[in-house]
Amino acid sequence: MRAFTYTRAADTSAALGAAIQNPEAKFIGGGTNLVDLMREEVERPNEVIDINRLPLSQIEELPDGGLRLGALARNSHTANHLLVRQRYPVLTQAILSAASPQLRNLATNAGNLLQRTRCYYFYDITAPCNKRQPGSGCAAIGGFNRIHAILGTSEQCIATHPSDMAVALAALDATVQVQSANGQHSIPIEAFHRLPGDTPEQDTNLGHDELITAIDLPATPFATSSLYLKVRDRPSFAFALVSVAAVLKVADSQIKNVRLALGGVAHKPWRAHAAEEILTGAQPTAEIFRRAAEAELQAAIGYEHNAFKIELAKRTIVRALTTLTERHLA
Amino acid sequence: MSFSIEQILRGDLPRGGQSPPAAADPGLLPVSLRINGHDYHLQLESRVSLLDALREFIGLTGTKKGCNQGACGACTVLVDGERVNSCLTFAVMHEGQEITTIEGLGQPDNLHPLQAAFIEHDGFQCGYCTPGQICSALAMLKEVAQGDASLATSDLTKAEVDLTDEEIRERMSGNICRCGAYLGIVDSIRDVYEQQKGQ
Repeated sequence: MRAFTYTRAADTSAALGAAIQNPEAKFIGGGTNLVDLMREEVERPNEVIDINRLPLSQIEELPDGGLRLGALARNSHTANHLLVRQRYPVLTQAILSAASPQLRNLATNAGNLLQRTRCYYFYDITAPCNKRQPGSGCAAIGGFNRIHAILGTSEQCIATHPSDMAVALAALDATVQVQSANGQHSIPIEAFHRLPGDTPEQDTNLGHDELITAIDLPATPFATSSLYLKVRDRPSFAFALVSVAAVLKVADSQIKNVRLALGGVAHKPWRAHAAEEILTGAQPTAEIFRRAAEAELQAAIGYEHNAFKIELAKRTIVRALTTLTERHLA
Repeated sequence: MSFSIEQILRGDLPRGGQSPPAAADPGLLPVSLRINGHDYHLQLESRVSLLDALREFIGLTGTKKGCNQGACGACTVLVDGERVNSCLTFAVMHEGQEITTIEGLGQPDNLHPLQAAFIEHDGFQCGYCTPGQICSALAMLKEVAQGDASLATSDLTKAEVDLTDEEIRERMSGNICRCGAYLGIVDSIRDVYEQQKGQ
């Protein structure tokens, strides 16, 4: 690991000031991904700005009945906050399905959004990777690409975003609260992460001199009926091959509200708008679930080793919706 | 041939007979850590992990370095009572916090109940993962006592955990045992959980 200057920020303006002064600096929260990437020399900041002393660890109710998750609240605390467990079970399940208890104790909510892909070629500094080194090529497209994306890919990059939490946040229409020197603004979660396009080196639309302060969950009463279904190679402590965050309200044999987001399939959490459109107002049947899944995956492209994800994603959507519907009937 | 600790930590050991490149002096920071109730005042580079600070600079070698990338859990210690991977965090970030390692739990003539249970139930073979397993289990039992859920918890609205073997396995999935002593590890943890419940 390369040497770096350690700066401990006392407050948000000191943290932003340090970042503005040094374009090579990186904020550190939990560090679970950054320290690893620095050790591999994928990330080589010459300064690390420790933001852990900033007062951004609260989880509090918003006046409209929503919930504000502090940027530095640890993943474990967020998952186990009573109001999250009661009102947004999909978020609790998504967080608890990710990483290990030790990692969740370190990992922060903001850091979870900003973690980088686990594409093996991104991690291997001897391999070409447009995300790590723009213009160098993509070793994954013609390489071993079993864990890679099937939706929204580009000729530059087929990496996936590894977060489970962000998939649940996409289904919950969360907004990311951001502080910059110019003031506070918010970014809808769907506009926060990017598709690779011609700039795969940019994972998100967050600027270098911007700091996430919180993630807001809007009041969503029907989110009590929600589920995170994660399919992976082993049942614990593994990244998703495919995951589905589903929120479903059924009344009078009709789907009143539905939200679907997919993980493990794209460069960002994939909100399944096409599927939602077909499902809304329909009767909750196995046939309509399958049709919605087919529509969402219509544009999917499989590569040599990951084409199985297309059918797997469809089946995972159907199973998530079936499980939630059966709960309604029970 | 011998190498300095600094060389080892930087990973700039000579290869293939070449002499190591001259590294720029990255500078040392004064770092004060409170570990097992004792204060340690160190001079560390910012890039020294908490794990390396414990093992290489303080001499607390009970905490083990397995994968050094957060995948195995051998380096698990408690920071303010919560289990973390000490390999994935810089030592300098933990000033002012209370760090507990396996050395702070028990001693050969005065074992912690978890240490005694791991011996009783054959919770290890080679023992390399054991300090991490025991620190992890200690924090896990605290999490259970405060009603924290896991992915194996079926009813998230219920604040009480029924610590089944499935729950123990899910909650301990951050600690890998390459000898495969998992049956004994689960037995050890269940035993201590039941002892505590009976009190």
